Amino acid sequence: MPIFSEVTHKYLRTKKKFPNVWCAGCGIGIVLGAIIRAIDNLKLSRDEIVMISGIGCSSRMPVYVDFNTLHTTHGRPLAYATGVKLAKPALKVIIITGDGDALAIGGNHFIHACRRNIDLTTILVNNSTYGMTGGQVAPTTPFMKIGTTAPFGNRERGFDIAKLAMAAGAPFVARGTVYHVMQLQKLVEQAILKKGFSLVEVISQCPTLYGRLNKEGGAVDMMKWQRDHAIPISAAGKAPPEKLRDKFLTGVLWDIEFPEYCEEYDKVIAQSQGLYGEGGRVKGKERE
Amino acid sequence: MNPPNTKERLLQGNRACAEGAIAAGCRFFGGYPITPSTEIAEILAAELPRVGGKFIQMEDEIASLASVIGASVAGVKSMTATSGPGFSLMQEHVGYAYMAEVPCVIVDVQRGGPSTGLPTKVAQADTMQARWGTHGDYYAIALGPSSVLECYEFTIRAFNLAERYRTPVIVLMDEVVGHMREKITLPDPKEIRIVNRMRPTVPPEWYEHFEINPHFVSPMASFGEGYRYNITGLTHNPEGFPTDRPVVIKEKLDKLKNKICHNLNDIIQVREEFMEDANIAIFAYGIVARAARQAVRMAREKRIKAGLIQPLTIWPFPDAYLENVLEQLDLVIVAELNQGQLIGEMMRVNRRNTRVRGLNRYDSELITPDQIFEKIREEK
Repeated sequence: MPIFSEVTHKYLRTKKKFPNVWCAGCGIGIVLGAIIRAIDNLKLSRDEIVMISGIGCSSRMPVYVDFNTLHTTHGRPLAYATGVKLAKPALKVIIITGDGDALAIGGNHFIHACRRNIDLTTILVNNSTYGMTGGQVAPTTPFMKIGTTAPFGNRERGFDIAKLAMAAGAPFVARGTVYHVMQLQKLVEQAILKKGFSLVEVISQCPTLYGRLNKEGGAVDMMKWQRDHAIPISAAGKAPPEKLRDKFLTGVLWDIEFPEYCEEYDKVIAQSQGLYGEGGRVKGKERE
Repeated sequence: MNPPNTKERLLQGNRACAEGAIAAGCRFFGGYPITPSTEIAEILAAELPRVGGKFIQMEDEIASLASVIGASVAGVKSMTATSGPGFSLMQEHVGYAYMAEVPCVIVDVQRGGPSTGLPTKVAQADTMQARWGTHGDYYAIALGPSSVLECYEFTIRAFNLAERYRTPVIVLMDEVVGHMREKITLPDPKEIRIVNRMRPTVPPEWYEHFEINPHFVSPMASFGEGYRYNITGLTHNPEGFPTDRPVVIKEKLDKLKNKICHNLNDIIQVREEFMEDANIAIFAYGIVARAARQAVRMAREKRIKAGLIQPLTIWPFPDAYLENVLEQLDLVIVAELNQGQLIGEMMRVNRRNTRVRGLNRYDSELITPDQIFEKIREEK
């Protein structure tokens, strides 16, 4: 795919940071590629993009790309992003996080970012495990799957990330996989364009740890599993229920409108300065 | 903002702190309600938008300081305010701010601890938390106001130091200083000296966010200005990229140390009273220094040569000053609202067999002038 790499290389800190830290067969590079192509396609300037991540394999992503990049603490990138975006709303803030980062240690920040509805684009790479620390169970590890901290099988259930985000108030929730590359790029584009908090959950694979511990084969087998288990939401309505069992939906799962926080805060500023009279009418003159 | 600042007003310490922040140029506050600091958040929620600033109530103190760091990186002077339990939660990001060299101000209105402790009562038990609260090696700056006016002035100074040295600065207030009301006249805004962070003078392709230079403080570009750099809490090289090279790691950690330790004369401030001929000194900061001042006057009336040493900068500790002044002293009484935190520092600095005694109260009540005076009489 020569065209792909040509686009990608424009945005990489090629000389400074490569080779990268990810294992052969990891899905994170595919996610990064999709994000870069989405940004290129939307013709966004590199200067206006802030990429913020937490701690974990996927959170190593920002260091490789030529944007304003902020590699923060474990679980907290959304809290940092809230400050960046509110301080400078003109910036396009993209958060890269993993399932452990966003949903275990960062669960509180995650639900509140969904609820608060600041214009942030969150790409959550879900590989069902803690990769960087060596394959421990995550809040997304399915029931009875093996992790190094659940050698006899995980007795907890995994989160349904999309439902969690919707219930917490996120106005835009999508799911893609690293197998469905073109769809993923489109979802990222839609998420960036969405005014308000948007979430794209990306089903990815960790062949090195999760795949090996659970005997799920190599990267290719795990991506075939994604192909065979993903049902586009557009097709789900027509499918009989027994065909949906053990499957997951992909595409834009939820898209509603809700007032965005930074825009609301502009109204707070105007109101506090007396620019609004009764019923929100602009008075036209500032208080002393 | 409450107009003409310069007339006499009856002001609470927490309000003075909030107004000082705005005067210093603070335009972002991220916080979480906690007694006895909550007024600072409430006041700034109303006042910041009036000057075009932003206020946000976050989901906890961890997120509060994270949002403050994020806003500062985006180029806005930022602060948070909390008390002991919240300060404990913030420690993760206090460390991040040291490592990533992000200017910001953290106000800790101290209350009794440990744990939930005494939310509405006074203590100075976070003194050591301000110095050693987060993991790793670092050099903290903490200021200790003792009056409502000082809440205003020290908050401004905290921003100035944070901006000058690209580091978090802690304002160690306490419940009494925060809630006390005093009739004060704030300085004329034109007289206030404001320091802003050093900006890069080189084009983006030459810019290093963590440049090593002879001043140890690197110029700081904000996000969105064309300087596309990386920030990480991992040990990093001058460009901001993670490194595990021992030489680069040492260089980074030396820089964090040197930017403070080479500027102690600028950072450390100590106030003395009756110290010219004193052979006994009371060492106290914050609200305790007010009682100590009274006690010293009582002692002088009884012809006891007592004096007051009030550190206005708590951290870094005034080692050099004390080494010098301890030579003239037979006795130092370290009075503090805890079981003895600064007294350990005093003993470390004391190399001349000056007697060091502690006067400690940690039952939620203030140390009174009488108590200090009695202690002087007892020990002299």
